[in-house]
Amino acid sequence: MNQINVNDAVSQALLEEMRRDPRVLIFGEGVATKRTQLLTEFGPARVRNTPLAEGILAGTAVGAAATGLRPVVDLLFAPFLCLAMEEIVNSAGKLRYMSGGQANFPLVVLAMTGAGWGVGAQHNHNIEAWFVHSPGLKVVMPSSPADFKGLLKAAIRDDNPVIFFMDLALGFDTGEVGDDEHVVPLGRARTVRAGRDLTLVSYAKTVHTCARAAETLATEGIAAEVIDLRSLKPLDTSAILASVRKTGRLVVVHEAAAPCGVGAEIAALVAEQGFDALKAPILRLTGPDVPAPASWPLEQAFVPQADAIAAAARRLVATATI
Amino acid sequence: MTKLAHNAPGLLETLLLIRGYEETVIALSDAGDGPGTCTSVGQEASAAGVVAALAPHDRILTNHRSAGHLLARGADPGRMLAEVLGRSTGYCKGKSGHLHMTASELGVILTSTIVGGSLSLAPGVALSLTMTRDDDGIVACFFGDGAACEGLFHESLNLAVMWKLPLLYVCENNQWQAYVHRRETMPSDTVSTWAQGHGLPVASVDGNDVLAVQDAARTAVEHIRRHRTPYFLETLTYRTRGHVEPDDQAYVDAAELAVWTARDPLTMLSRRLLDAGALEQTGLETLRYRVSARLDAALTFARESPFPDPSELTTDVYAEEA
Repeated sequence: MNQINVNDAVSQALLEEMRRDPRVLIFGEGVATKRTQLLTEFGPARVRNTPLAEGILAGTAVGAAATGLRPVVDLLFAPFLCLAMEEIVNSAGKLRYMSGGQANFPLVVLAMTGAGWGVGAQHNHNIEAWFVHSPGLKVVMPSSPADFKGLLKAAIRDDNPVIFFMDLALGFDTGEVGDDEHVVPLGRARTVRAGRDLTLVSYAKTVHTCARAAETLATEGIAAEVIDLRSLKPLDTSAILASVRKTGRLVVVHEAAAPCGVGAEIAALVAEQGFDALKAPILRLTGPDVPAPASWPLEQAFVPQADAIAAAARRLVATATI
Repeated sequence: MTKLAHNAPGLLETLLLIRGYEETVIALSDAGDGPGTCTSVGQEASAAGVVAALAPHDRILTNHRSAGHLLARGADPGRMLAEVLGRSTGYCKGKSGHLHMTASELGVILTSTIVGGSLSLAPGVALSLTMTRDDDGIVACFFGDGAACEGLFHESLNLAVMWKLPLLYVCENNQWQAYVHRRETMPSDTVSTWAQGHGLPVASVDGNDVLAVQDAARTAVEHIRRHRTPYFLETLTYRTRGHVEPDDQAYVDAAELAVWTARDPLTMLSRRLLDAGALEQTGLETLRYRVSARLDAALTFARESPFPDPSELTTDVYAEEA
């Protein structure tokens, strides 16, 4: 075990997987410039700088994946994926099905997003739900250095296209990270904290906000269970349902806007399959449906805060049993 | 005039097969027995000539007017018609339909009906060839003048040039971009003028003269094999049917259509062969009969094939987990 930050965890995952499998390569704007260790060890064929042209980068990853390589393409910031939607959604996500299974598409798209650096709405937009809504893709959004490493390794080893969202504000968070064989399977949530009174479901940096809210609640005698989804697709529905069956109360917290978001999906899941266990209405605490602001106080106001989560939890716990 | 190649009778049979296949699909559509379809009628020589210049280990990416490329490559018209009719015996188990047919066993590995889609995928396939294989294989990417108006056209050519990819761009300039004539959308009569700016070798050929196309494609392929760099070939041809069947072509200039119809690629080659004494009228009739019988059998096979089992609805979306 070593104590490293998220950025280093990502670098370790790339390094280890490129050593493990010669078919893995990485390209994107500035990849060879910035990832000098990878360039030195693996050379310019497997570590490539590219033009600023997200469409062709994503398409190239799809074409390469279909024919024997395992590309990681760094598209930098999530809003730039708008320039690569055709290739990610229509090609990576659909061509396996449309060809009757004639090819696999083992590729990973890296993209940063989230509040914390004041980069504004064209560099910060939590669009992860868009890809959850697209067939054939997998979507990952980790919260801890260990999961950044373990999930990225799993994503690179997966035979399907994986969109790997990296919450900007977590880059310098440190934590214990496992060695070479630390692989976190896609599609499995993690219980960050156990509790019996209500369930807080989240992913990415708001997992930590939920954990802080849970600490506060604990001092008041309310035991909140905190679940980190880690993968949004496949979604660990059984972990969510099991927790809600235990606690009877659910708050879903994420920075992305509410309409048609991951929270809406989870609320629908629990309403359909866990309604009998509910003691109170399901709540969502999300970022507002507005472009992400750059100004620090506005950006902070954009993100769900621990106080608001704790307040919502208190309301739910006070709700009479249905 | 191009030399009468020894494989000219075989090319004529391919042209007849493509035309007959397209007419079969049109008849199905007209009778309400099949879907509306995008045909390659009038452009057969471009497909047959280029594919004849490729080797078995070369790979092909195509688009929504793919029948010529597939049939020239040796695809079974029975499995193609089965795909058109949504049968489980189709190349893609009925999941593609007529627009997106892929036959990886023939090296026709990726097909996108998104205009410009094949252009986005081709560099990755070519990159794979250079990194995973030791042979001199190349990639041929078919698209039209409509796709050349997509930004991806430029992104693709630029990346292929900068990364030195063994990629043959085949622009089948059929003068029509869905329902809009090329002259309404581009300042030049040819796409070659745009390609020249990207700094790769550019050639232009009469796309209705299959022997000229084959010669030009052989030169292009030889260049790519020797230098392992991309090459741009424009075949100047004409879509003599509408965009999607059924189509009354009321928007088509009759005089222009008549000029191109008079230069029908099948008539041009059969006249060449008859004039040169390389084929007798009876020989031509034999070819026609053989193609017609083959297509009759193909249609029977397709019609008698079963529809996919309903359980197929959700298969082939994701690769099996390792």
